[in-house]
Amino acid sequence: MTQPTHAELARLVRDHAGRLAASLVHLVGDFAAAEDLVADAVEAALSHWPVEGIPVRPDAWLYTVARRRGLDQIRREHRHRRKLALVPWPTEPQSDDRLRLIFTCCHPALPRTAQVALTLRVVCGLTTAQIAKAFLVPESTVGQRITRAKRKISHAGIPYRIPSPDELGSRLAEVLAVIYLLFNEGYLSTDGHQAQSRDLTDDAEFLATLLHGLMPTEPEAAGLLALIRLHRARAAARFDTDDRIIQLPQQDRSRWEHTLIADTGRLLARAAALRRPGPYQLQAAIVACHAEAASWEDTDWTQIVVLYDMLLRLAPSPVTRLHRAVALRYVAGPAAALVEVDALCGDLDDYHLFHATHAELLRDLGRQEQARAADERALTRTANPAEQSLLRQRINWA
Amino acid sequence: MKYVLMFVETEQFAADLIAMDEPERERAYARVRQWFADHHDKITHHAHLMPADSATTLRLDRGEPLISDGPFVEGKEIVSGYAEIEVADLDEALRIAKSWPACPVVEIRPIAA
Repeated sequence: MTQPTHAELARLVRDHAGRLAASLVHLVGDFAAAEDLVADAVEAALSHWPVEGIPVRPDAWLYTVARRRGLDQIRREHRHRRKLALVPWPTEPQSDDRLRLIFTCCHPALPRTAQVALTLRVVCGLTTAQIAKAFLVPESTVGQRITRAKRKISHAGIPYRIPSPDELGSRLAEVLAVIYLLFNEGYLSTDGHQAQSRDLTDDAEFLATLLHGLMPTEPEAAGLLALIRLHRARAAARFDTDDRIIQLPQQDRSRWEHTLIADTGRLLARAAALRRPGPYQLQAAIVACHAEAASWEDTDWTQIVVLYDMLLRLAPSPVTRLHRAVALRYVAGPAAALVEVDALCGDLDDYHLFHATHAELLRDLGRQEQARAADERALTRTANPAEQSLLRQRINWA
Repeated sequence: MKYVLMFVETEQFAADLIAMDEPERERAYARVRQWFADHHDKITHHAHLMPADSATTLRLDRGEPLISDGPFVEGKEIVSGYAEIEVADLDEALRIAKSWPACPVVEIRPIAA
């Protein structure tokens, strides 16, 4: 047995907690009761494994703990846990059925905050404390969200199954939205430090990989996985040694993981061959254009504008229009891009990147004073220290 | 599981219904009758309520019972009817509710076992 590192422990729990949860729901037939047993087993693992080392079969270890707790509960409160008492407990974990688990956790009758918390706890094996820390909310808040969600699943009769084909599209969109939210939350909270707290981008990539593996013919699941991998392939070049953001034009592209980028390009091509384009595939294709360009100057801006046009047809949004305007600057010049950006000021006045983009275009056109004012507006609208420091730099130097 | 589908009318929906001409309104009612026919094997009980201006509300938590005119919440959205259904789970209840052809809001509540 070896002493696990923080990251190893996280990975092990993530690999096994969801399988255990799926196995127990199958066995016990009660989502809430199974979830309690998994949470107990994960807590036990997090206190034992760092001291005693990783067991040879972590899945069997977790299962044995859950089984023992389940049997204890039957003895303690047999009147309330009749279901558990009827279970013929095998000695080994059952089949892997994590897809049902994911669809139950992300059921649209649950609020988004509960979908996120449940998915992290049940499928990825995070503790309530880890979720609270990742989202900067009190532990009691996360606890209440999970308790309420489990009660709703049981009282409202939210089923434990894969949605029927006619519902699958909208239900899958719900799952993808949860994973995408997790990824963004993790990506944006990264500040260049090797985070001591949980890295949610790991959990997002894990979930996207799992989903793609379980639903290989769903191109949007592949699209989301590609989007996440393409961002992560370039993560090492995002910050300088003083934790300041390095913007895309200035990034050292030799530090990107080019093998991963090439593999992801092939994943995206396989998804595209299914001929069902969607917002995640298109976003990933846009990121791929950047990732595959040898330099900022070599970027295929015309292709990027075309992809943004397709994306806007499928999912119109002012933020997407802003990004399209940035690409348009390299196709049609800063004046044309500025017209597009100006048209968005009503929708995006609260968004710091709107003002930062505005500032860059104004600076390109030699309108220094207006550019500085726009940067100052951007500065008051972001709480991220790395972004604040970048904007301060520009205001002082311009 | 048993659920109650509560059909909620909005002011806009009520106004639209009044603005319809006779054949149009008849077609709207026919769609509702068809919905009840399509799901008759799942519907255990249902009722359409008289308009909200016929409601009387009684408050029992303020000493003497307090009788007042109108529904208990003054709002733009009011329950205008309900159907009790017996189905396997929430997804089946949602599938039935999604095909409801009339008023624009449906609340789905499980019945306590």
